[in-house]
Amino acid sequence: MIIHQLSVFLENKSGRLTEVLEALGGENIRITALSVADTSEFGILRMIVSDPQKAREVLKSRQFTVNLTEVISIMAPNEAKYYAMVLKVMSDRDISIEYTYAFSVGDKSVIILRCSNTEEAIKALKEHEMELIRASDLYKI
Amino acid sequence: MEIWNRHFECMDREELRKVQGERLRETVERVYFNVPYYRQKMQEANLGPESIRTIDDLHKLPFTTKQDLRDNYPFGLFAVPMSEIVRVHASSGTTGKPTVVGYTRRDIATWSEVMARTLTCAGADRNDFIHIAYGYGLFTGGLGLHYGGEKIGASVIPVSGGNTMRQLQLLVDFGSTVLACTPSYALFIAEAIEEAKINRDDLKLRVGVFGAEPWTENMRREIEDKLRIKAIDIYGLSEVIGPGVASECLVQNGLHVNEDHFYPEIIDPKTLEVLPEGQIGELVFTTITKEGLPLIRYRTRDLTRLNYEKCRCGRTLVRMEKCLGRSDDMLIIRGVNLFPSQVESVLLEMSEIKPHYLLIVDRVNNLDTLELQVEVDEAFFMDKISQLESLRQKIQSNLESALGLGIKVNLVEPKTIERSEGKATRVIDRRKY
Repeated sequence: MIIHQLSVFLENKSGRLTEVLEALGGENIRITALSVADTSEFGILRMIVSDPQKAREVLKSRQFTVNLTEVISIMAPNEAKYYAMVLKVMSDRDISIEYTYAFSVGDKSVIILRCSNTEEAIKALKEHEMELIRASDLYKI
Repeated sequence: MEIWNRHFECMDREELRKVQGERLRETVERVYFNVPYYRQKMQEANLGPESIRTIDDLHKLPFTTKQDLRDNYPFGLFAVPMSEIVRVHASSGTTGKPTVVGYTRRDIATWSEVMARTLTCAGADRNDFIHIAYGYGLFTGGLGLHYGGEKIGASVIPVSGGNTMRQLQLLVDFGSTVLACTPSYALFIAEAIEEAKINRDDLKLRVGVFGAEPWTENMRREIEDKLRIKAIDIYGLSEVIGPGVASECLVQNGLHVNEDHFYPEIIDPKTLEVLPEGQIGELVFTTITKEGLPLIRYRTRDLTRLNYEKCRCGRTLVRMEKCLGRSDDMLIIRGVNLFPSQVESVLLEMSEIKPHYLLIVDRVNNLDTLELQVEVDEAFFMDKISQLESLRQKIQSNLESALGLGIKVNLVEPKTIERSEGKATRVIDRRKY
């Protein structure tokens, strides 16, 4: 149930994101989801890709600072109240959310969560019968 | 702790000043009459040999620089006929001509004496095996250590540099107790020992005397941990004599300057005024016993400060702090003196980052600005903005408290800053005057 998300440190310089995407594209690595967190000077690019290990090597060989981060992913109906429910399950268990992002696929949405305690979060979501997505399935979307 | 020459190394400071005054007077007289260059400079300053009576008169004399040595290449500043010169060394100039130095027989004896003091300072004696991995040749390192080692009666092993595998074999087979080389080569040897899977217990090394290049306290700790020895910092420059100008004792709290031969001053590199005790500035030496190439107020470009307190080891010789950097590198930011090495030592104290950095100085609305770019280390790259942001702030506040200057820190991608092999650019000054 644990998803390996690719995190890349980026300076705020034009062309850097393009370089990342071209490098991955050149190796036929597909990107399922992408989000950028930024400050005025630097940013962190977070991606769900088809082959995280390979993507990491590709970017490392091009001198990028890369890490794999453990996240979880939930399939939910495409409605705000479900997103709210997921977050409430977390807060009820005192699990803090470091960041989250989501994208929709048809009438469903895929929520990505990075929590303070991944194991606990999986347990809590399962107890509430939330639909967790397996890594192999997510990489295929 | 043994002291080689108790008479001079532990001399009462008032008495020492008298000795220094007498020796300075003799030196000035010799250069005035024997070196046209010095005579001309003194005449231009309306000075004669009689103007210099005591060590307090030294400040009247003009400075000498590396450029002056180059302008008088190769032997123009020698103060004796060439028939008196028994040895010549030269330092490789990265730019322009090499700097050439000459020694009389007495200079070689002086050099052996100060090197004997240096090795005794490090705890070495006649029972030691000294493995000398400094280069032999025109460079003063190898032969300087060599003569000092023989003077104290140790068994000297003149290995010179290079061929690390053979160095390791000799270290093991001969049971060397003292290692003499540059600090970076000491680290290289330490790593080669690990790689060759040599058991540390097969080595008898106890102490290392390292110099000829600047090194940090972190490097010292690394060498001491890896080689399990005491790492002693030694200082010298060929123009003054070579190694043996100053050396740490086993207290490892400053380097004792052999000031009965080499008189040190600290000056402000911009105003050229002599600075009061304890202030950081450029180190200047006047040789007061040398015959071949006496130097008057020679600007070393090295930055340090002096401490005149008596050392726990019993020596009264003034101590200089480990060199902080070169005065050529000094920046003045909003009136505050700043050396890139100060920034480096703050960064080295932080395990989360590598000391690859670039300082950018600029002037916005007539105010100096200082920005530091530092590379994020892959091992510590965190996926959370808040963590990176707090790392950035930690670097910033550590620097601000150490430097007393506001600084803007930016995290940059690894390998984007030029590496420090050779002469890396550490500072970009965009200010226009």
